[in-house]
Amino acid sequence: MKVAYYPGCEYETNAKDYEASAKIVCKNIGVDLVEIPDWSCCGSTAAHSTDHLLAVSLAARNLALVEKIGFDTVTASCSACYQRLALAQAELAQDKKLLEQVNEITGYDYKATVKVSSILEIIAGVDEENIKAKVTKSMENFRIAPYYGCLLVRPSKVKIDDPENPTIMDRILQTTGAQVVDWSHKTECCGASLSVSNNDIVTAMVSRIIKAANAADANCIVTACALCHLNLDYYQSFVTQTKGALKETPIFYFTQILGLAMGFSKKEMGVEYNITDTAELVKKVV
Amino acid sequence: MPKKARDRSCKDNRNCFIPKLKTFQRGLGFFVMQQPIVIDDRKSDLSKEVLLHSGQDASLCFQCGKCTAGCPVAFAMDLTPNQIMRMVQLGLIDDVLNSQTIRLCAYCSTCSVRCPRNIGVADVMDSLRIMAAERNIPGTDRSRKVNIFNQAFLDTLNMFGRSHAVLVSLLFNLRSCQPFHNAKLGLKMFNNGKIKLKPDRIKGVNEVKEIFQRINRLKKGA
Repeated sequence: MKVAYYPGCEYETNAKDYEASAKIVCKNIGVDLVEIPDWSCCGSTAAHSTDHLLAVSLAARNLALVEKIGFDTVTASCSACYQRLALAQAELAQDKKLLEQVNEITGYDYKATVKVSSILEIIAGVDEENIKAKVTKSMENFRIAPYYGCLLVRPSKVKIDDPENPTIMDRILQTTGAQVVDWSHKTECCGASLSVSNNDIVTAMVSRIIKAANAADANCIVTACALCHLNLDYYQSFVTQTKGALKETPIFYFTQILGLAMGFSKKEMGVEYNITDTAELVKKVV
Repeated sequence: MPKKARDRSCKDNRNCFIPKLKTFQRGLGFFVMQQPIVIDDRKSDLSKEVLLHSGQDASLCFQCGKCTAGCPVAFAMDLTPNQIMRMVQLGLIDDVLNSQTIRLCAYCSTCSVRCPRNIGVADVMDSLRIMAAERNIPGTDRSRKVNIFNQAFLDTLNMFGRSHAVLVSLLFNLRSCQPFHNAKLGLKMFNNGKIKLKPDRIKGVNEVKEIFQRINRLKKGA
């Protein structure tokens, strides 16, 4: 299966481990990710907070590029990029007038035919037996709190699963033999859009999520979003070090867990890039 | 009930105590109650402007408070989401656009999916942010910082076609006068090899610039 791939601006920095592990895992299960040539930023929170037309146009340029290279599906690993592309697509497909106006702004002749899928949906779409066949190691020592965040499951127009209790990632993780815990903060927002400007608010939001994962007796949190990963990984050090009440909880990408289970090395999966200590838990892959 | 009694409304009934009670309350309110909310006709089309921007009808809100109950940022807001909704209905445009809340909203949309009236509350917040940006309201304190961040993000995007984390942070720190803000995070990310100093300039950067310019022209024309 060939899918157009939108890496997102953090693909070489904060999310380089996500990017690397996603590419390796997808290749291994027969999904070929083809990068969109000369893609541009989706606009993220900044664009949709400033101007609606700007947000749609910035996303539309990338969707038009996907159409141009002849693909009907595009996937993004970052869930913020996914949400922006999917929301723009939903609006453009519905509103012909808006589509015309946006085409005038971008200078492309986009026909709104592209389907936007998150990378979770792409991997979940692969036959479960196919994934199980590739799993060579057992992750039974991992007690995972699957963390979806907000961007993948809300708003309703672009949700990939239930907005309150999604299970799509749970099912993927269970194929590796890992224990997936039931917990309260699966879809609570981590406050990523405030993490540069108001980090004290973010620290409070992150501490609640880590606390909930601790309460559910999870030994790691697994996410499918580059922004959630950075936020949970970094800001928890403020609460685990100062208050001492919270346990340091390593944060992984779901593709890293899949890759480790498929026998790829921790270097290939980029787990050493984490700020929290992952080494101890990774040793428990058997 | 005899016909005569039914026809006579409560107000006409001299023995009924309810009208007297209401008059008493009104009189009491004149001295005791808080300042009255003045609804200016010129401003009360705020609800309509929100509808135009976001397609969301704020007038449907009946104040159940579920948006506030589920909001993960409500603890840091100066006005709760349901208060904002009511103020939009009342047309209190200055208070709404100058609040911290509209820019602290993280657009997580928990409110939107839980609203029993199916209002996209997060989209309402989004349109309020846009309206504040259109009117060049810089915001105060926290909301000012969010605004500076958004502008810095869009500026780097305009420059290179992609955003660049280091430059966004630098611009934010300079413009918000906090030179060492988040320096610890930057250092940690640098040590972990998660920072790239050279920005990614795309070939079609002029196409992106053109998008910004065309939209600016549209805004000026409007």
